[in-house]
Amino acid sequence: MNVSVLVPALATATTSATPLLLAAMGETVTERAGVLNLGIEGMMLVGAVCAFAIDSASGSQILGIAAGAFGGAALSVVFALLTLTLAANQVASGLAVAIFGAGLSSLLGAGFVGRSVVPLAHLHIFLLSDIPVLGPLLLRQDLLVYASVAITAGTWWVLGRTRTGMVLRAVGENDQSAYALGYNVIRIRYLAVLFGGAMSGLAGAYLSLAATPMWMEGLTAGRGWIALVLVVFGAWRPWRVLIGAYLFGGISVLQLYLQGAGLVAIPSQILAMIPYLATIIVLTAISAGGARRLAAPACLGKPFRATT
Amino acid sequence: MRLKVEPRSTGVPAMNALVPPLAVVATILASGVVFAVLGYPAGRTLFAFFVAPLVSLNGWAELALKAGPLAMIAVGLAAGFRAGIWNIGAEGQLIMGAVAAGGVALGFPDSQGFWVLPLVCLAGLAGGMAWGAVPALLRIRLGVNEILTSLMLTYVATLLLSYLVFGPWKDPDGYSLPQSRMFSDAATLTPILARTRLTSGTLVEFLVPVALWAVLRYALVGFKIRTAGLAPAAAGYAGFVQSRVVWTVFLTASGLAGLAGAFEVLGPIGQLIPQITPGYGFTAIIVAFLGRLHPLGIIPAALLVALSYIGGDTAQVSSGLPKGAAGVVQGLLLFFPLAADFLVRNRVRVVR
Repeated sequence: MNVSVLVPALATATTSATPLLLAAMGETVTERAGVLNLGIEGMMLVGAVCAFAIDSASGSQILGIAAGAFGGAALSVVFALLTLTLAANQVASGLAVAIFGAGLSSLLGAGFVGRSVVPLAHLHIFLLSDIPVLGPLLLRQDLLVYASVAITAGTWWVLGRTRTGMVLRAVGENDQSAYALGYNVIRIRYLAVLFGGAMSGLAGAYLSLAATPMWMEGLTAGRGWIALVLVVFGAWRPWRVLIGAYLFGGISVLQLYLQGAGLVAIPSQILAMIPYLATIIVLTAISAGGARRLAAPACLGKPFRATT
Repeated sequence: MRLKVEPRSTGVPAMNALVPPLAVVATILASGVVFAVLGYPAGRTLFAFFVAPLVSLNGWAELALKAGPLAMIAVGLAAGFRAGIWNIGAEGQLIMGAVAAGGVALGFPDSQGFWVLPLVCLAGLAGGMAWGAVPALLRIRLGVNEILTSLMLTYVATLLLSYLVFGPWKDPDGYSLPQSRMFSDAATLTPILARTRLTSGTLVEFLVPVALWAVLRYALVGFKIRTAGLAPAAAGYAGFVQSRVVWTVFLTASGLAGLAGAFEVLGPIGQLIPQITPGYGFTAIIVAFLGRLHPLGIIPAALLVALSYIGGDTAQVSSGLPKGAAGVVQGLLLFFPLAADFLVRNRVRVVR
């Protein structure tokens, strides 16, 4: 593979990695606070349709992106109400959010099927963006690609280097102790869930405004579930999650290029299985290594009840 | 004056039984609000969803046809949920059951023997089990999270079915449509009621929950499963082997899902096509919770969720709702029982 093929391929990998990264970063924060939200797929879909609807109604991409984040966050409130206020089972509630979100997005998007919007503009700096190889890869991406990396850096900094991050992790590792120290466990978890929802919504917005600037039912095609795997893959650490997202982005692009090139006599459906099979293999490798049990927040998935 | 929440020390059976009907009422109201807000005529849409499908005999038959697979899959899943085992890949297990049954049926195009039908049904059972065995094995041997593996395998199964009907198993006389040959008569489940599509498969699907209820209620294995979920440590002290519980519930659930898939393609469909299920494997999760994870609660829950499927189709015609809209009703049907659990477990009082 020479440079003329590799550079566009890597640029496409960025496009497929960014929504995974955004959603997985949100879930990382949610899970570090001890909450397992399986509803990413539903929140992404609602975010995607909200972003698309507002973008095509207002013509403003910034408003569209904001609407995507808002839509995802709004659905995550329902999840938070169930699991935090009413202490319902997190696995079942997350599944409910995934199913409900898929249905709601199809209702909201009924009038938009088949329409398209102007895709997010790509950065272009005079001369610099034209530098061979590095220019297209680093300086010719769209706003959300840069935002996703910035958010990763921010998450890393807040989680590991600030008091806020320490409190959030304490809530995820030992909720009763954090509560005894006077921290409002439920409120902190609400905020973590909301952040996760907004990030899933952003991920959806990226899909409907940048990756494939259109709306169709089931646009996310399982990416929300892959984002969940990435959190485990990244051992709940922001930079490792980023590496995972780009690795998976690379795998999906490789699969697309193999299909498009027609070089190999493998049917397209078999090639399309690669990301899903890779997910299972990666998950198995991590679990077999024992890393999962060491890194997972201790209170992950357990409902919290204040002892009085 | 404020609200005070106190945990109840004992369960309240009456409360427990009240939850599903309350959830249904709340779902109808909430989905009416959603439809109205989005500009669909609420009354007409709700009527199309919950009433219109029930005015004819054929409507009821279609209801049973859809409720059957949901009920049979949901009882298997519910046993797992009780044991804290989250198999959410029943959709893929159903598809693999259909693929295995369809493959065997296509392998005996000319056989007339009575043994063909039991053989293809067994193939369906085995196909589902094989697909469910993967996440079970990975969880037991390597501690891999079964939620994600079982789900990823669903995507793989969908693609495999698509590959088969677009490729090697495509009907050469099918005008290049992506579908297999029709199965032979000996491998087909024929309607048991005139002018409907009901087959003996549907009967089996309603009998299995009842049979499983008896097994879980009176046999030791049922006790082991419940203990594994409620008190894993106690189950360990009692000498119940956790891995055996995982195997039992995974193979039961995935085998039943596979059988449901076999019944779908051998009965109403009659051949393999790219899409053989409207998401039964996923909605069965809702059915399991709406039925309070109880085999006998699951049957009415399955009928209700089946109604949302048929109602979704009716509403598509009458109010122009998109195809995916049934998911809103189904999601709400899962939200409310989960929320109502809070009232079963806690007492809310007004204190001055």
